Amino acid sequence: MIKNIKILFHQGKQYIPDITKAEVPGIFRGRPIISSEKVNEQELVDLCPTGAINTSPVKIDLGKCTFCGECAFAFPNKIKFTTDYKISSNERERLIIREGEDKPIELNPDLIRKETFEYFSGSLKLRQVSAGGDNSCELELNACGNVNFDMGRFGIEFVASPRHADGIVITGSVSENMAEPLQICYDATPEPKIIILAGIDAISGGIFEGSPALNRRFLSKYKIDLYVPGNPIHPLTFINGILELIKKRK
Amino acid sequence: MNHLEVKNNQCIPVLSIPVLGYEQFLEHNTSLLKESHYHCVNYYGFRFQGKIKLICCIANDKEGTIYISSSIVEQHQTLSSFTHHHLAFHIFEREIHENFGINYTDHTWLKPTRFSFNRADKNSTVANYPFYKIESEELHEVGVGPIHAGVIEPGHFRFICNGEQILHLEIQLGFQHRGIENLFLEKKKLLQRITLAENISGDAVSGHTTCFVNLWESLCNYKADEELQYARTVALELERIAIHTGDLSAMCTDVAYQLGSSVFGRLRTPVINYFQIWCGNRLAKGLIRAGKNHFPLHKTLCDTLHKLFDDYEPDFDEMCKETFTLPTVLARFEKTGIVTTEQASSIGTVGMSARMSGINRDIRSSHPHNFYSSLNHQPIIKNHGDVYSRAQIRKEEIKQSIGYIRKLSENIPSENKNRTILSPPSSDSFVISLVEGWRGEICHCAITDEKGELVHYKVKDPSMHNWLALALAVRNNEISDFPICNKSFDLSYCGHDL
Ligand code: SF4
Repeated sequence: MIKNIKILFHQGKQYIPDITKAEVPGIFRGRPIISSEKVNEQELVDLCPTGAINTSPVKIDLGKCTFCGECAFAFPNKIKFTTDYKISSNERERLIIREGEDKPIELNPDLIRKETFEYFSGSLKLRQVSAGGDNSCELELNACGNVNFDMGRFGIEFVASPRHADGIVITGSVSENMAEPLQICYDATPEPKIIILAGIDAISGGIFEGSPALNRRFLSKYKIDLYVPGNPIHPLTFINGILELIKKRK
Repeated sequence: MNHLEVKNNQCIPVLSIPVLGYEQFLEHNTSLLKESHYHCVNYYGFRFQGKIKLICCIANDKEGTIYISSSIVEQHQTLSSFTHHHLAFHIFEREIHENFGINYTDHTWLKPTRFSFNRADKNSTVANYPFYKIESEELHEVGVGPIHAGVIEPGHFRFICNGEQILHLEIQLGFQHRGIENLFLEKKKLLQRITLAENISGDAVSGHTTCFVNLWESLCNYKADEELQYARTVALELERIAIHTGDLSAMCTDVAYQLGSSVFGRLRTPVINYFQIWCGNRLAKGLIRAGKNHFPLHKTLCDTLHKLFDDYEPDFDEMCKETFTLPTVLARFEKTGIVTTEQASSIGTVGMSARMSGINRDIRSSHPHNFYSSLNHQPIIKNHGDVYSRAQIRKEEIKQSIGYIRKLSENIPSENKNRTILSPPSSDSFVISLVEGWRGEICHCAITDEKGELVHYKVKDPSMHNWLALALAVRNNEISDFPICNKSFDLSYCGHDL
């Protein structure tokens, strides 16, 4: 016991004190900035593996971008990735970054239902459903609760049963074989409930878009409350996105 | 000649693979497996001129070669099974049966594999899996999943229990099927295919991506330079350290040892953060590329890594010492979830799941790829086949991997600034690529047509072999020990389901 306490003691402080201002180490690829330099736009479109780039003017859809950084390597003066990890939004449109834009991605307050912040701002219990996920977003969602990110301090937690949940977090491109279990899980969650899509596979299908093994119909049936881009999502993107969604509003 | 003998990542003309009559094909491959230094690394089929071509790949672990042979059969034909002679083939024949409707007269367990979208029998669906049933007043069934209590991937576990004791477990997979093998053909750009490889199993990104690029470079007749090999080898070992550490944390969680869970958990953070420092992604997506490396691992980066290990090791050692001597932990780890050596070799387990049962099976030593021949790798072997063995392997492999990375960085290859670009893939060729990921051997096989276009791509995650080991491990254990058994294997759902 004494030994355990000793070990515990010399771990020091591991949690990130202010989750909204934490800096990510290294060369994280977060929100990109697209300059107005003239380039061969078709080349840019052609190199992107997930069809995230669109032209005239150049746009990157963070709901599709797998953050491989290849466009920035090929056109370093055109595209730069910043370390801004606050890239979640509740409006699909807002994930699209346009040429010449350099402003933070925000939530659209008009689209947030009143009950979301009225009921969930101090406590949000989530049920996670991996529907064709590759276990990378799942690992990062687990990391959100570890001693470093410690999402639990905001009352945000994953729970074992949909019956205890206030919403579901979907990862993966939604395989045909998971379509029914996903629906059952959603139906078993009591109202009011929210839906969060974590990762580009969930948001757009990612590299799996168009595969005949998917069935994404569920996603068009309901209002999505939060889109969290990334492949995988970064825990800071996820936690900050949710904090914005449930923060107290008038 | 019954087979063609090839090296790991050797590109050969597809026509040079001997085509045998089915009886001879069966006899040859199953008799090889009578000796313990042979094991099946892949056995699969694909549509070929209106028929089904079967390709069997048997590794010779002593010589470091792979025996490739093939046979052509009719769709919906009824055959005698390899499985009848050696259980290690069971999952491969299940897949062949599911995909092409080939029937076997003497397969013991011809169950659905993953309900792939292009399966032969569309009436067989994930909702109507034929579970093994038992007629009994005393016994009861417990069904868990597909969605589990934690944040993990879906799969269904059906137990038959006698009170608290598990008599039988059947594992139904396929929920994660995304049609990856087909997408390798559909998506024509190299970057798309690399991205697919990165997303086969997001916890084994370095493993699957290295396997793909090794294969692709071989198809393009491209010899990767030392710097590329170095970066890939470091990435593979770092992935092993990261996931093993996370697994030790999760195993502590499952036996309610909070301190171990937190400390191993926080020790994993700097390791995966290092991937971010190196390549911008915590799970190494974006790092490994065919014929190039955007993120050279130069001296400063290596020093950062050494510093990381200097901090990691004392805390890790201390936590291990405590965990591995704590009676409450040992009571849950020892003699729980045993897979005997006999069972493990009969079902053909690979990687960690083989080594914990006393089987010396490790591609890094038998068929070395990338920089492993220079490391002269000695696999870590345990003999009890229980949860404790699986925990110990992780602990020791972490230390070994740290040692390897330290050793490799004594001699950092200089950055190669004038690489040639990849030529197009060779026509009418076949390549098999094996990589020892942290779970075990990953195997990718590719075939090209006369224009050098991919006509078939096959992915095998080590989990294909190993899920049955979990089912056997829990027999006669208490059902409350299932979570720790499951975590101690930590097999991939998406890697299996593809
Ligand atoms: S970083 Fe995003 S936009 Fe750029 S090439 Fe990769 S996927 Fe496309």
